[in-house]
Amino acid sequence: MSNKLLEIKNISAEYRTDDGVSKVLNDVTLSLGNGETLGLVGETGAGKTTTALAIMGLLPKRTGFITNGSIEFAEEGNLLEKNEEIMKAIRGHRISMIFQDPMTSLNPVIRVGEQIKESFKVHMPDLSDEDMEKKVDEILEMVGIPAARKREYPHQFSGGMKQRVVIAMALSCEPQLLIADEPTTALDVTIQAQVLHMMDNLKKKLNTSMILITHDLGIVSQNCEKVAVMYAGSIIESGTAEEIFLNEDHHPYTIGLFGSIPDLKKQTRRLSPIDGLMPDPMDLPSGCVFHPRCPKCMEICKNEVPESVSMGGEHQIKCHLFKEVE
Amino acid sequence: MGKYIAQRLAMMVVVVFGISFIVFTIMNLTPGNAAYLILGQSASPEQVAKLEAELGLNDPFFVRYFDYIINMLQGNFGESYNTGLPVFQEIFARFPATLKLSTVAMFFAALIGIPVGVISAVRQYSFTDAVSTTMALLFASIPSFVMGLVLMLVFSLHLRWLPATGLDGIENYILPAITLSMATMATLVRMTRSTMLEVLKQDYIRTARAKGVDEKTVILKHSLRNALLPIVTVIGVDFGYLLGGTVVIESVFSINGLGTLLITGIRMKDTPTVMAAIMFVTLAYSLVNLAVDIVYAFIDPRIKSQYERG
Repeated sequence: MSNKLLEIKNISAEYRTDDGVSKVLNDVTLSLGNGETLGLVGETGAGKTTTALAIMGLLPKRTGFITNGSIEFAEEGNLLEKNEEIMKAIRGHRISMIFQDPMTSLNPVIRVGEQIKESFKVHMPDLSDEDMEKKVDEILEMVGIPAARKREYPHQFSGGMKQRVVIAMALSCEPQLLIADEPTTALDVTIQAQVLHMMDNLKKKLNTSMILITHDLGIVSQNCEKVAVMYAGSIIESGTAEEIFLNEDHHPYTIGLFGSIPDLKKQTRRLSPIDGLMPDPMDLPSGCVFHPRCPKCMEICKNEVPESVSMGGEHQIKCHLFKEVE
Repeated sequence: MGKYIAQRLAMMVVVVFGISFIVFTIMNLTPGNAAYLILGQSASPEQVAKLEAELGLNDPFFVRYFDYIINMLQGNFGESYNTGLPVFQEIFARFPATLKLSTVAMFFAALIGIPVGVISAVRQYSFTDAVSTTMALLFASIPSFVMGLVLMLVFSLHLRWLPATGLDGIENYILPAITLSMATMATLVRMTRSTMLEVLKQDYIRTARAKGVDEKTVILKHSLRNALLPIVTVIGVDFGYLLGGTVVIESVFSINGLGTLLITGIRMKDTPTVMAAIMFVTLAYSLVNLAVDIVYAFIDPRIKSQYERG
C-alpha cells in the first residue's frame, strides 16, 4: 500500500441560499494513495463535483460552506485551515482539476498557449519567458497537439482538442493530485477512449494520483483502482475496484446503479432504472438517505442513519442490511 | 477584414442617400414657405414669387430632389436660406464643439461607469453595490436638463467654481460634459455589472481560479475582456447619438452646437442646412458604428474570424 496523499475525513458541506440550506455533502470520508486512481461515481447531483470543489477550496464564496471535517493533503496538513494565498499556490500546481465541459472551460478571448502559460507564470515565476514557451510547446506535444497551434484561440479547436488543452493545462505543473470531473462526458465515444488512454499514460508518466468523477461505470472498471459510490451527498459504498465489481454484497443503490446498465447479452424490453428521484438536498429523508427508493427498506432505515460497515479488505458499505454481518 | 470594412463603407453610401431622400421628403411636407420666411413678413407677394422661382421652389418634388442630388454629387450642398453662407461653413464651425463635448462626456462616462460596474459585480449585494446601483438608477432617471440646471445652480451660481455658459476654455466643458455623461455612465454601470456577473459565472473563470490565478487577474484579464462587447456597444451608440448634437444641453449651457443649428434650420425651413447637417450626422453615426464593429474584432477573436469569412 502506497503512502496516503489525500485523506478526507467526515466532510459536510452546505449551500446556503435564499431558498434554504442544501446539505450537499454529508459526512464524506475518502482516502487516496500516491499514484492511485479513485473512481467517484453516482447520479447527477450526488455531490461529486462539490467534493472536488471542496478539495480545491473553490466552493462558491458566498453560498458554499464546509461545516465539519478535514481534508489532509500530503505533508500540507488540513487544507481547510489554509488561507487563500497558500491555497492559490496549491491550486493548479499540486492539485489540479479538469472540468466537465471542454467547450466552456477555456477562455474564448485568450490564446490557447497563453492560457497554458498562465500556470507557469503563477507557479514558476522564476522561469524565463522562453523557458515557459518551451514548456508550453512540450506539454501541447505531449497531449498530441502541434505546438504551432498555441497561437490559436479555443474556437479554432474541436471539442476533443479543447479537452486535450484543458488536460495539458491541468498537468502543466505536474500535480500530485489530478481531479478529473467527468472529463469525457461531453466528448464522442471514440474521442473518449483516446482522451482516457492519454490521461492514463500521462498519469503513469508523472506518477499522479487521480480522482476520476464519472457516472460511467465502464470507465471506472477500466481506469480505477478504488471506487466510491456517492448518493445524496454521502459515500454509501467504497472499496477497491475488484471489491465493488466482483464481491457479492452491495448497497442496494449500487445494485440499482449496476442494474440500470443495459446488458448486451440479455434480451430486455426496457431499461431497469432505480425508481424515484434523488432527494432534494434541502429536505433530505430521515435515517438512510436512500430509504424512500430502497427496495429492501426496513423500519430502522427510516429513523437511523446507517454506520459504515466493513465488509473485509477495504470494502465499506453504509447500510443497515449488513449490520448483523459483523 | 479589409473586405468587410469596404463592404460596410459601401453600405454607408446607400444609407446616406436613403436618409437624404427621407429628409428631403419630410422637409417638403412640413408647412411654411421658405421664400416667405427668408424675406420676412413685410415682403410683397411679387418679391416672394420672384425668390420662389430663383430657389426653384415651384418645380415638382422629384425634379427638385434630383437637382439637389446632382448638385450634391458635384460637391455643392447649397447655401443656407438663413445666412446665405455655404452650409458646410456653418456645420464645420459648430461640429468641433459638439465633437469635443461628446468625446469628453463619453470618456468621463467610461472612466467612471466601467470601474464602478466591475466593483459592483465583484462585490455583489455589498453596500458599495447597493450605493452604485441606486446612483445609477437615479442618474438614468433624471432628465438631463434638470441635471444641467441643478449643476449650474450649485457650481456656477452658488459656489462660483465653474462657468455656466459658452465653451471658451477647458473649465467650460466640465458641467455640460458631466451632464451629458450621466445617462451613459448609468447605463454603463448597469451593463458592466450585469455582464460581469454573467461572465464570472462562466466555466472558464472557474478554470482560471483552479489554475491558482489571483483574483485581480481573474477579473481584469479573464472576465473584463469577455464582458467588453456590450459595454463597447453602449459607448458607441451613445457617442453616435451625442454627435448629432444635443439640443437640450446646448440650450441650457448656451453652446453653439449642431443641435441648435438643426433646430433653427428646421424652424426656418432651411432645407439645404438641414439636409447637409443630417447627412453629416448620419455619416458620423455610421462611422462610429463601424468603428465599434471593428473594435469587436479586436476584443473577440471569434468575431474577427467571422468578418474574415465574409
